[in-house]
Amino acid sequence: MSEAEALEAAAPRAKKPKQITMVQALNAAIDEAMAADEGVILLGEDVAAKQGGGVFKVSSGLTEKYGEHRIRATPISEQAIMGACVGAALTGMRPIAEIMLMNFVTVAMDQIVNHAAKLRFMSGGQTNVPLVIRTTTGVGVGFGGQHSDMLEAWFAHVPGLKIVTPSNAADAKGLMRSAIECNDPVIFIENILCYGLKSDDPGTDYRVPLGQAAIAREGSDVSLITYGRTVLDALEVAETLAGEGISVEVIDLRTIAPYDEATVTASVRKTGRAVVLHEAVRAYGTGAEIASRLHERLFNELKAPVQRIGGAFSAVPMASVLEQAWIPKKDEIADAIRTTMEWKR
Amino acid sequence: MSLDRDTLLDIYTRTMKVARFDEKMRSLLMSGKLATIYYTMRGQELVTSAMMAALNQDDYLVTTYRGQHDQIAKGVPLDLLIAEIAGRATGTCKGKGGSMHITHPATGVMVTTGVVGSGLPIANGLALSSQNRKDGKVTVTCFGDGATNIGAFHEAMNMAQLYKLPVIFLCQNNRYGEHTAFADHTKVDSIVTRAAAYGMKGVKVDGNDALAMYAAAREAVDRARAGEGPTLIEAMCYRMMGHFFGADFSYMPPDHIEEMKAEDPLPKLNALMLEHQFTQAELDAIVAKLEAEIEAAVEFAFNSPFPDADEILKDVFEEEIAA
Repeated sequence: MSEAEALEAAAPRAKKPKQITMVQALNAAIDEAMAADEGVILLGEDVAAKQGGGVFKVSSGLTEKYGEHRIRATPISEQAIMGACVGAALTGMRPIAEIMLMNFVTVAMDQIVNHAAKLRFMSGGQTNVPLVIRTTTGVGVGFGGQHSDMLEAWFAHVPGLKIVTPSNAADAKGLMRSAIECNDPVIFIENILCYGLKSDDPGTDYRVPLGQAAIAREGSDVSLITYGRTVLDALEVAETLAGEGISVEVIDLRTIAPYDEATVTASVRKTGRAVVLHEAVRAYGTGAEIASRLHERLFNELKAPVQRIGGAFSAVPMASVLEQAWIPKKDEIADAIRTTMEWKR
Repeated sequence: MSLDRDTLLDIYTRTMKVARFDEKMRSLLMSGKLATIYYTMRGQELVTSAMMAALNQDDYLVTTYRGQHDQIAKGVPLDLLIAEIAGRATGTCKGKGGSMHITHPATGVMVTTGVVGSGLPIANGLALSSQNRKDGKVTVTCFGDGATNIGAFHEAMNMAQLYKLPVIFLCQNNRYGEHTAFADHTKVDSIVTRAAAYGMKGVKVDGNDALAMYAAAREAVDRARAGEGPTLIEAMCYRMMGHFFGADFSYMPPDHIEEMKAEDPLPKLNALMLEHQFTQAELDAIVAKLEAEIEAAVEFAFNSPFPDADEILKDVFEEEIAA
C-alpha cells in the first residue's frame, strides 16, 4: 500500500462530496419543498411525467411521487398558467409556475405585473401571492431573438417582485427553497448554459437567503458586480488579470431585486472601482441602476466612474458569429477593468 | 319554477341593498361630496344577487371594476366598502385599492381587477386550490360581455374545463363593452355559444328574472360542488347608464334605453315579491332598514381618517424593504 492509499483508507470520510448539476439541484429543492408542504404545486407546459418531466427535465420524477394534481401539465396558455398560480397562491398554496422560456413570460405580463406584484399592496395587506415563476433563457445556444432574452430589468422596475438568478448548482438549490418559502412573488431565472454546471451537493434542506449577494472571489483593486451565467466569465477574467497584478473582487448578486446594497457598497468602498456586468442588453439595464446608486453613495470615494458591460442593442441574433459578437466578451470585461485602473482624475 | 319565500327574500334584500347603495353613491358624486371613479351597475343588480344567494359565505368571488354589486351581494360590509371607495384608512384595503380593487377575504372577495378579463385565470387558481384541498368551495368570477374577446377568457375557459375546476364564469351581458355595443364587438349572437368551443356547459338566462337566474345559479353551484366541473352562465341584462359615472353615453340610443326600462330588474322583482304574498309595506320596511344601514356606512366612511402617507411603503412586500 502506498502512502496515499494508506491515508485514504485511514480516512474514508474525507471522500469527495457528491456532485450535483443545476438541474438536479433544482429538482431536489422542489422535491424537498413538495415533501414538506402539500401546498407546493407546479404548473407548466410539458412538466408532468406523461410529457417527460419538463423540457429541461427539472420536474423529472416528481409526478410519480406527488401525482398529477400537484404536477399539472398545462396547455400552452401562459396567462392561464400565471393566473391559476396567482389564484392558488391567494389561498395560501405555494405554486411554482414554469414558463418554458423567459421570452414567453411576456405573454403573462398582466398577471405578473398587475396582479401578482400588486395584490398585497392593493388589498392593504389582506392577501399575498407566494408564487415562484421559474423560467430559463440564455445567449449562446443559437435560439435567436425570441428564446434568449434576459428581461430582469423589466421586473426589477416593478414594486412587489423579487428576482433571483443562480450562477451555480448549490446556490440554485438554496435559492429555490428560499424562493418557495417566500411570501411574495419571486421570478427565478435559470440559464440554459448553466444547467449542466456541477457543485458539491449542499445537502438536504439547504437554503440561501434571498437578498444576499455572495463574494465569489475576493479582491482589492476593482469590484466586478454581476449575476447568473456571467459570474463564470467574471471569475475567468479575474484570474487572467491577477496575472497582470490587478486584484478583482467578483460579486455574485444572486438576488437582483431586492438589491444587496450593503454588500456591494462595502466592496466598492474598499476597492474604489466598480464594473457592472450582465448578459441583458446594456442600455437601460440593471447595470445602469447599480452604477447610479454607486455614484450617488460613493461619488467622492470612487477612483473612476463605474463601467457597465452588457449585451448589444439589438435582438439576440441566431448565427453563432453574430451571437458571439452580441454577447459581452471577456476581453471587453478585462478592458473595462483596466479602464477603471488607469483612470486619471 | 318557484322559489321558497326565504330565498326570495334573500335575493330581494341583496338586490335592494345594491340598488340603494348605487343611488347613494351617485348622489354623493353628483353633489361633489365624493370624488372618485365609479362604475354604476344600474340595471345589473338582480343578476349578481341571485348568484350570490346560491353561494356560501366562504365561497370565492373574483370580480371586476364594475363590481360593487357583486361585492355587496357577496356580503362585504358596507361601512368598509364605502370607506375604501372614499379612500379612507378604515376601508377594506386601507384606502390603497379603491372601488376597482375591493378585496375582503373574510367574505370570500379575493380579487377585484381593473383589467378586463384578468379575473378569469385567477378564479381558476382559487378553484384549483379547492380541488386539491377538497375544501368544497366554489369560485365565481364575474365579468361583462366585453371581457369575452380578450385572450385570458379563452385560455381560462379551456383550462377550467380541462381540469374540471369548481368554477362558475358569470358573464353579465350588459350589451356594452365600455362604449362599444355588443353587435359592434362580437359576431356571435350569444356569448354562451362559446362554451361549446371548450366542451363546457353553457347556460343563457334572463338576468332580470329572479326565478330563472337563481335556478341557473343554483344548478351551476351544485354541479361545481359535486365535482362536475365549470359552467358558463350568460345572464342577459342591460347597463342603463354610461361606462363610468359622469361619462358621455350619447352612443347609447335614448329610445333603446327607454325600451329597456321595461326590463328593469327592480320593478320586476318588486312585482314578483307581491305575487309571492309579500306586502308592499313589508318590502318598504326592508328598504328603509337598508337605507339606514347605508346612511350609517356613509357617515362612518366620511368620519374616518385618511391613510398616513407612510402607508405607501407598507404592503409592498411582507417585510418593509428600502427600494
